[in-house]
Amino acid sequence: MSETESDTYGLMAEFETPEELLEAAKLAYGKGYRTMDAYSPLPIHGLAAAIGFHRTNLPILTFILALTGAIVGYGMQYWIQVIDFPVNIGGRPLHSGPMFIPVTFELTILFAAVGTFVGLWIRNGLPMPYHPVFNVAGFERASQDRFFLCIESADPLFDAEGTRSFLGGLNPVEVSTVDQ
Amino acid sequence: MSESSTSTRQQYTPPPPELGPGQTSHTSITEKITSIVLTPHTPYQWFIVVLIGLMLVGLLQVSIAYLLYEGIGIWGLNVPVGWGFAIIHFVWWIGIGHAGTLISAILLLFRQKWRTSINRSAEAMTIFAVMCAGMFPLIHTGRPWLAAYWLFPYPNSMAVWPQFRSPLIWDVFAVSTYFTVSLVFWFLGMVPDLASFRDRAKHRVTRVIYGVLAMGWRGSAVHWERYEMTSLMLAGLATPLVLSVHSVISLDFSVSILPGWHTTIFPPYFVAGAIYAGFAMVLLLLIPIRRLYGLQDFITLRHLENMGKVMLTAGLIVAYGYFMEQFIAWYSASVYEGFMMQNRMFGDYGSFYWALILCNIAIPQFLWSKRVRRNTVWLMFISFVISVGMWLERFVIVITSLHADFMPSSWDMFYPTFWDWATYAGTIGFFLFAFFLFVRGMPVIAAHEIRTLLPFGKKEK
Repeated sequence: MSETESDTYGLMAEFETPEELLEAAKLAYGKGYRTMDAYSPLPIHGLAAAIGFHRTNLPILTFILALTGAIVGYGMQYWIQVIDFPVNIGGRPLHSGPMFIPVTFELTILFAAVGTFVGLWIRNGLPMPYHPVFNVAGFERASQDRFFLCIESADPLFDAEGTRSFLGGLNPVEVSTVDQ
Repeated sequence: MSESSTSTRQQYTPPPPELGPGQTSHTSITEKITSIVLTPHTPYQWFIVVLIGLMLVGLLQVSIAYLLYEGIGIWGLNVPVGWGFAIIHFVWWIGIGHAGTLISAILLLFRQKWRTSINRSAEAMTIFAVMCAGMFPLIHTGRPWLAAYWLFPYPNSMAVWPQFRSPLIWDVFAVSTYFTVSLVFWFLGMVPDLASFRDRAKHRVTRVIYGVLAMGWRGSAVHWERYEMTSLMLAGLATPLVLSVHSVISLDFSVSILPGWHTTIFPPYFVAGAIYAGFAMVLLLLIPIRRLYGLQDFITLRHLENMGKVMLTAGLIVAYGYFMEQFIAWYSASVYEGFMMQNRMFGDYGSFYWALILCNIAIPQFLWSKRVRRNTVWLMFISFVISVGMWLERFVIVITSLHADFMPSSWDMFYPTFWDWATYAGTIGFFLFAFFLFVRGMPVIAAHEIRTLLPFGKKEK
């Protein structure tokens, strides 16, 4: 049965070691492929860079959220104790700055940590109930002991025959078609 | 150095490896870690612990129900000792939790690779210990369902707000933030391992459960990149957080003006004590589990020895704290401070103080010996002694300062009641029960982090 490119998500090559996957990813990028992803059971240093992903901007999000937490924390206490319901307790100043620091600090951490966590999953697009790569037989080993490189059909250079022979030349265990 | 002088010195033995000889490939690591959970076989010891835990949880439920029915008069609290077991156990449990965050966050920032096989279980310990800790102040309010507007600034119909100048409110924010961030960090670490479980599960129901929990994780390189960055960010946030939590708890005491509490050494000394007690609890839990599930290749003698060293260091800081308390009591030239220290050492609760010195300072000095640090029986014994010692420390701090304050006419003794002990035993049961459920159903070792310990790129060389 001949495959049309529209019902193919891409071509997936399976490797035995992280070294081979990293090498393959670099070669594929050098060949000009851009729309691809690599799958591994452990973080591999430099792999994301090898497929052309340069840096994540999550730390900026963390910083903005930390700042928000600090302002909300201090602002809330100031508003409550000075503006909304001022109570004179033993002549202490209504705006007791140093005493407001612990709650401000905790809210800084809370906003930054929870926000970064949520931001991670939004940026990663998870939870995702269905993804085509799981259609590949043997892909369950991507979370265990095998390493995969998938060149997607959305890539301008993708063509079923040429890409297959390119991946075949990288010494993989197997090259398989990923159904949509 | 000449050869004759080296031969007289003790032979240097390199530390044991981080990964035992039985674990050589990604396949073997995955199989070993998933086999603990994905098996119909449960060791009978597991049932014994869970059964004991469950019985104590029953006791806890009865204690809390009776407390809510009758009021906190069922505890041994009265004037002048208005803070008793509840605050002692709150501080004790929170302290135990600190080791988990220390291992997962601070050791991550210091790039200590030996943390990888113990961090997951230590984080789980943190979660359950903080749950136990949180119960005490909640039930101490007597009517927890009313406590919402005392504790959290929510706009209520009485237009009353909490007092933000009080350390007790700082506690609420510190502990709830600590619990939330620990939970998020713990879950974040588990996602790739839950994906391994999903992919290895045979039964449809287990596959669906782990599939939902893994959220469709597929190990994409881009995802890993963001994931690693998030771990680093959370570690950087959790590090000052963990130091702040026990500092804030110590401020509950030191912001007051009571002799023995009103001291600036408290925040660092409480944090060190927390790490001390926490590592002791990690060892108490991990040594039996390591043996029960045959995890000697992951939790090697290297890990146990390192934990022994951390305990020894933390113990010395705690000892310095005790010494400073004595020194300041004398140096301040305050009559009340001086009396407090004398009463603490030689008064009605003097035996508690000396037991505390024995447990927390004297016996842990055995950890200087490498033989002791590499002997699991010794480590178990010392860890148990430290856990008792840290309990005694909180007892001594809370009770001796309260029971004899400025006015002799108000002095009185504190005697815990059956319900005090029952509530405490109940939380220990809950802790054991929850921890063993975790061991049975969740990845107890961070498989994806262990995989990074395998040699990478060695083949080409």
